Amino acid sequence: MATFGNLSDRLADTFKNLRKKGTLSASDVDGTVREIRRALIQADVAFDVVKEFTGRVRERALGDEVNKALNPAQQVVQIVNDELVQILGGEQRRLEFAKTGTTIIMLAGLQGAGKTTLAGKLSKWLIKEGHTPLLVAADLQRPNAVTQLSVVAEQAGAAIYAPEPGNGVGDPVKVAKDGVAYAERNQHDVVIVDTAGRLGIDEEMMRQASKIRAAINPHEVLFVIDAMIGQDAVNTAKAFQEGVDFTGVVLSKLDGDARGGAALSVASVTGRPIIFASTGENLDDFEPFYPDRMASRILDLGDILTLIEQAQQAFDEEEAMKLAEKFATDTFTLDDFLKQMQQLRNMGSIKKMMGMLPGMGQMKEQLDNFDESELNRTEAIIQSMTRAERQNSKLLNGSRRLRIARGSGSTVTEVNQLVNRFEQAAKMMKTMAKGGMPQIPGMGPIPGGRPKMPKKNAKKKGGSRSGNPAKRAAEAKGITAAPAAPTGGGFGLGKGGAKGQPSEDDMATIQRMLGGQG
Amino acid sequence: MAERSTWSLGGALRGLFQKPTIDDNTWDDLEHALITADFGADVAEDMIEELRASVARFHTTDPRDLQRMLRENVEERLAKYDPTLHLSERPAVVLVVGVNGVGKTTTIGKFANYVGTFGRSVVVGAADTFRAAAVEQLATWAERGGAQIVRPQHHGQDPASVAFQTVEFAKRNGVEIALIDTAGRLQTKNGLMDELSKIRRVIEKQAPISEVLLVLDATTGQNGLAQAEAFIQHAGVTGLVLTKLDGSAKGGFVLAVQERTGIPIKLIGQGEGIGDLTGFTPHAFAQKLVG
Repeated sequence: MATFGNLSDRLADTFKNLRKKGTLSASDVDGTVREIRRALIQADVAFDVVKEFTGRVRERALGDEVNKALNPAQQVVQIVNDELVQILGGEQRRLEFAKTGTTIIMLAGLQGAGKTTLAGKLSKWLIKEGHTPLLVAADLQRPNAVTQLSVVAEQAGAAIYAPEPGNGVGDPVKVAKDGVAYAERNQHDVVIVDTAGRLGIDEEMMRQASKIRAAINPHEVLFVIDAMIGQDAVNTAKAFQEGVDFTGVVLSKLDGDARGGAALSVASVTGRPIIFASTGENLDDFEPFYPDRMASRILDLGDILTLIEQAQQAFDEEEAMKLAEKFATDTFTLDDFLKQMQQLRNMGSIKKMMGMLPGMGQMKEQLDNFDESELNRTEAIIQSMTRAERQNSKLLNGSRRLRIARGSGSTVTEVNQLVNRFEQAAKMMKTMAKGGMPQIPGMGPIPGGRPKMPKKNAKKKGGSRSGNPAKRAAEAKGITAAPAAPTGGGFGLGKGGAKGQPSEDDMATIQRMLGGQG
Repeated sequence: MAERSTWSLGGALRGLFQKPTIDDNTWDDLEHALITADFGADVAEDMIEELRASVARFHTTDPRDLQRMLRENVEERLAKYDPTLHLSERPAVVLVVGVNGVGKTTTIGKFANYVGTFGRSVVVGAADTFRAAAVEQLATWAERGGAQIVRPQHHGQDPASVAFQTVEFAKRNGVEIALIDTAGRLQTKNGLMDELSKIRRVIEKQAPISEVLLVLDATTGQNGLAQAEAFIQHAGVTGLVLTKLDGSAKGGFVLAVQERTGIPIKLIGQGEGIGDLTGFTPHAFAQKLVG
């Protein structure tokens, strides 16, 4: 929300001032550090972590490495990034399974953190990975938590063990223990124990949680924490660490606009890794967590790596090769255009994808107004054409266009627009194919720190005209660039290895973002 | 209010106010205390500036004076708006909204009990037709609070129609207060936020809405501001409810919310018992917070 200022905006402003200077004085650095500090506090990063962080940045910024650098301001950016990654640091960790027998996972957290929903998501994910999870309803506190878990289990297609009705009746320790025994008897290889939400300061409930833990001796204890939590995250996490000693953290409600700063400090304060992130209302909205990508989120730099990964999943590399060839040889047809669009759809919701682009955080609103049914309309128009027409758009004379408009329930103007867009796209792709693949396709013109920029500009990756309908074309273009990229080779970064070492990619983006607005 | 020593800045401030004089460290410590209580950088800076000015004006070096000033400052900020609930319409329709997991259903249960103790008849409408078992959870609470309940006729029914039926039920049966539960929704989900506007419109065809209460979780950080803004825009919030104050979180962000939006805090929830919901009094709140 723009009203509250936005981290990357603020940093961009301060860094812009810095850029004008050849050397940095102590007061320049202090000003910058102050802004960084405020920005991190607004992102709910734990205050102690912020203090430590700014202290280190300040020290390094005043040191020799900056003054000797050719561009001191950029050096400061580099330091900020380095330090942030270090604080959030840590490898991505996977769930640990038992070597033999049943893996026992226990869920714990505050009320309303999303444990029960998460139990469903986790079991669905496990089923997809070929496991046979059993859900154990050990939250006997909250009214109808047991009912909720059984509904969730049914949706996920998982088995459930719920001997007690809940609502304050029954002994959760016994249920948990019996549940594990039941799972072992019935050959479930994973058992997930859902426990009641509790406050960190509620000693009795904490004792109960640690009793459950002692009784079932779980392989993983996952601490579920709301991404929207504020400064109290640290206290809560410490209380849970002392009380039940969790082995990993799950970040929930990441689909909101919270930066999740505090939740991340939890990882750094307790030394326990964040293993999963939960990102929506559906049981499928659940993914392994990547610390370095979260760093970008805190800085509102977008999540380019995830975007790239999704692109790679959705696009067939061979297909992309073929497409690239078509561009080069000028045989790109409306059929290919349509195919591209359908592939684009495979990647999931465009809104979600756009949200992962850097600087898009501020454009949420425009994103929400974006009408995905535009795609459907375009599809309808192309599908109303004959084979010959699709192969050769030059065939499309006035009467053919009229027929197509009628057939697809659109107007001739819309058909005209589509054909124009297609021709432009084809032309642009051709030049691009000839001039070699761009390094990070489409990333260049993205307006990192320019908040007021309307969305269409953000997506205007080539010579596309402005005007609302041009969005479609611009998108298709942007995406073409993505699949074609692996062939270009410049994309190696995005492919797996980039996890631990965050950042040439990120760095480039930061610098472009901060430096790109003169 | 339940006496819980954990919920206050007391711990963080005790050392501070026991020092012999006010020095530079005092201000640093104060800032630390305010920020870890989620007041946010802006409000914290503002307050410290004002306090510095007062300290200078009164030429005091006694931390005890500072403590009093802090308490007054917090109270003054909180008391700017009127925390009274307006339930004089018949039926008085109250819509309860908020993001997921803040305690909307629990708040309704407690609230039904609360107004029930004043001898008012209450009906609750289970318009959270989305989350698994939300209706059953509300029914349990309604039973405990001695309220009647209007349930959806089938699973996944349009929440607006449940709300409509609830108000209709209240009018037909002369029930004085109708509380309507809604599904939790993140403020970024525009489709769901539009659904709230629709619920509002539909209810207003039957009767004016007396209060729209936004439930905020005390553990929320600065995102609480974003939540409030979005819900005010879509649901026309008239009052805030701060829940989970029985934990260690201070909920300092509500001060920023109240100041920025002009919407007063009306109720606070501090526990899992049905009686753990009280009206909001700035004086008591400030007293507890600062000590």
